[in-house]
Amino acid sequence: MAILELSSISKHFGAIQALTNVSLTLHAGEVVGLMGDNGAGKSTLVKIIAGNYPPSVGTMTMLGRAVHFHKPSDARSQGVEIVYQDLALCDNLSAAENVFLGRELMRGFGPLRWIDYRTMFQRAGELFIELKSETRPRDLVRRMSGGQRQAVAIARTRLSDPKIVLMDEPTAAISVRQVAEVLSLIRRLRDHQIAVVLISHRMPDVFSVADRVVVLRRGEKVADKPVAQTSPEEVTGLITGAIATA
Amino acid sequence: MNKAVPVDASLEQAIGRQVHRHWLSWLVGQQTFWVSMAALLAFVGLTLASDVFATQQNLFNVARNFAFVAIIAIGMTAVIVTGGIDLSVGAVLVLSGMVIGMTMNTGMSIWLAVPLALGAALAVGAFNGVLIAYVGVPPFVVTLGMLSIARSLAMVLSNNRMVYSFGPDQPALLALGGGFVQLSLPFVDPVRIPNPLIFLLVLLLIASLAFRWTRWGRYLFAIGGNERAAVVTGVPVKAMKVSVYMFCALCAGLAGILEVGWLGTITTGLGQGMELTVIAASVIGGANLSGGIGTALGAVIGAALIEVIRNSLTLLGISTFWQGTFVGSFIVIAVLFDRLRSRGANE
Repeated sequence: MAILELSSISKHFGAIQALTNVSLTLHAGEVVGLMGDNGAGKSTLVKIIAGNYPPSVGTMTMLGRAVHFHKPSDARSQGVEIVYQDLALCDNLSAAENVFLGRELMRGFGPLRWIDYRTMFQRAGELFIELKSETRPRDLVRRMSGGQRQAVAIARTRLSDPKIVLMDEPTAAISVRQVAEVLSLIRRLRDHQIAVVLISHRMPDVFSVADRVVVLRRGEKVADKPVAQTSPEEVTGLITGAIATA
Repeated sequence: MNKAVPVDASLEQAIGRQVHRHWLSWLVGQQTFWVSMAALLAFVGLTLASDVFATQQNLFNVARNFAFVAIIAIGMTAVIVTGGIDLSVGAVLVLSGMVIGMTMNTGMSIWLAVPLALGAALAVGAFNGVLIAYVGVPPFVVTLGMLSIARSLAMVLSNNRMVYSFGPDQPALLALGGGFVQLSLPFVDPVRIPNPLIFLLVLLLIASLAFRWTRWGRYLFAIGGNERAAVVTGVPVKAMKVSVYMFCALCAGLAGILEVGWLGTITTGLGQGMELTVIAASVIGGANLSGGIGTALGAVIGAALIEVIRNSLTLLGISTFWQGTFVGSFIVIAVLFDRLRSRGANE
């Protein structure tokens, strides 16, 4: 069964039509590359899935049940996590504190409650091992490489055992070596039967990690096909409009 | 499949490895350590240079004088850690002092007057916090306005009179701020610890624990580190901001009550310009004005250093006009030093 099914989603902001009649299905353990030029509606679509705002028209179902997200925490409670483009990390805190930010583990005695650093370090360490990332839970994020920072942001999504992880341009501003690290992190998520939506401008990244590529142009879905059945040239043509649909 | 096992094991090792840093190298990386060294050095130097400095009476005075600034500097550090600033602490101090002075002057019990004074301080803090967090006015502007408003309210309250009679509970108030606890130690003369210093030490302990071990404390640092990250991860940023300005105002209110008790009188000039000394103490103690960094202990040591400088100038017969030059230089040196250190760490 599909984890997430969007049917005929449209979104307009006043007179501006951002999305028109977009349908999309996500399955467990599938990586979908979401591509399109600036203003094609990628962010709008992702923000609808993440609960930042509701669609104007259309319905969303998760595992066959209709869902309505009014705020990001609604989406999160249903198992939709998002990794922001800027990663939303606090440089002055440790990796473990960032992973657990807003969901700190507490322990206590009677009415006294305090932060359980020991368990947080341990749990964060387990998550980094699971992601095969050499990131030490006690290190400050300030001293970390781009790939390690991505691992921290992704480990944060793993805390709640999500069904869908949305990633906004995770490879936009990091070195080649770190891109490889991030792509392997995405494969780790897929191995855990999580559906990943990867928004990216970088054709090679999408083609190396995605199972399926979806192309948006001016708010409409113009392609949705397995990566094996398309090519970077065709996708470029679809993005720019040189090829109408595929 | 077989190959994966050793890879995982080495990875586990790498992740589990603690950062092997000698405690000494950790210590010298702390600004608080260097400021403590400076304070200690000044202390030793003064003991040698002046017969009066290391006397019980002088140390008693120094300890009491710096406690007022240090109490507020703990609150200020919490605000600075979130990336904010509170310029209204001196005015809150006089407002709180005036509330307790005027209410006790009319014969009210100290048990009612203290909560009223602290309540007035908390109300000012809440007002600051709501304007900053919910309306989005910059902290500098809000608290600059409050600096003016709170002092003016203290003037309205007292009709700008000096208050020196505090009704039936006057002895209790004077003992609260001016009293001391006699600590008997073996082999040496009993040590007198001024009450404000005891309040300071208790507050220091509570704040240090709260900064490190509570959600409230960690959220202060998260907000100062990356406010947007705090928002998207579900930290109640707005409520946090209101609470931190209330905490800072509460510290100022407490210092106000103690200072009135010590002086035995209150005028509307009390605490004028104090906000700058308090901010200086926080910054010398390692608080970073761009947010995310600071410790309660650092703030206290920063305040102690300022008071030792002030005291030493008096004792050494140097004109007190030089005081500003010394304190100002320390602010700049402390921040420069921090800059150099972090540049060294990055390379």
